Amino acid sequence: MTDLKEELKVSIIDALNLEEFTPADIADDDALFGDGLGLDSIDALELIVLLDKDYGIKLTDPEKSKAIFESVNVLAAYIEENRTK
Amino acid sequence: MENTFTIEKYCHVSSQNLSVNGTVLYESGGAPSKDFLKEIYRNEKLAYPKFFKMDVLSQLTFITAELVLSENRNKPQTALVLSNKSSSVDTDRRHQESIATDDAFFPSPAVFVYTLPNIGMGEVAIRHQLQTENAFFVFEQFDAEFLHQYCESLRGQHSVSQVLCGWTEVHHDVCEAFVYLLSENGKIPHTLENLEKLYAQL
Repeated sequence: MTDLKEELKVSIIDALNLEEFTPADIADDDALFGDGLGLDSIDALELIVLLDKDYGIKLTDPEKSKAIFESVNVLAAYIEENRTK
Repeated sequence: MENTFTIEKYCHVSSQNLSVNGTVLYESGGAPSKDFLKEIYRNEKLAYPKFFKMDVLSQLTFITAELVLSENRNKPQTALVLSNKSSSVDTDRRHQESIATDDAFFPSPAVFVYTLPNIGMGEVAIRHQLQTENAFFVFEQFDAEFLHQYCESLRGQHSVSQVLCGWTEVHHDVCEAFVYLLSENGKIPHTLENLEKLYAQL
């Protein structure tokens, strides 16, 4: 799980072009949206693509996505449970 | 001359350097355009993290606008009129590549939002809270006559007091810009001859 969280931080920084962040800047329970990393709606769509591309998870319910993208902790747990690749 | 704009400030970007009013401020040292623009962003301390999410055309538009508008921020009556030859074709291609095969059909929303040439102007408008005229034209080459006529027609209309105008072209290895500010406070008359002469410095 720790490896997955680190992998996710690197992927998020890369996919969302967060050039001013390093994985160490993102705590496992930091809020990804709102006051945390300050991600926006386009970033949310990009994360949905990332889950599909890297882990074979297709998210279709926006409300569910909101909960899953709460933090790296929550996202990693969801991936562990639902990944197909 | 009394009833026309003046050219108050101008900026050139080529693969070699960036200059403002003819003075070179940054040399690229042969770095790729994307890296060169990022270096300028950091040196200018522009503090706008969304910059890193933009495509190269929008980054070029954003950087040149920042440098040309530097003493003229907070003027909501600023119109934006830009042009180029290749529209947003580099980003269009990136998007096309991401949907080219059924096996790897992963269109990136962050790429898709830049598949129009006027998005960079939108970034400038958001940054400076401009709600005035904005138009982007695609020409075979820099069309001084059209831009001159178009910008002069804006003068006095819709409370337009200044116009950020010019050419921002990105295609393959080409990344070039000639962006200038028209206002009543410049020293260079806004004439076709001056526009062509300044563009030729690119």
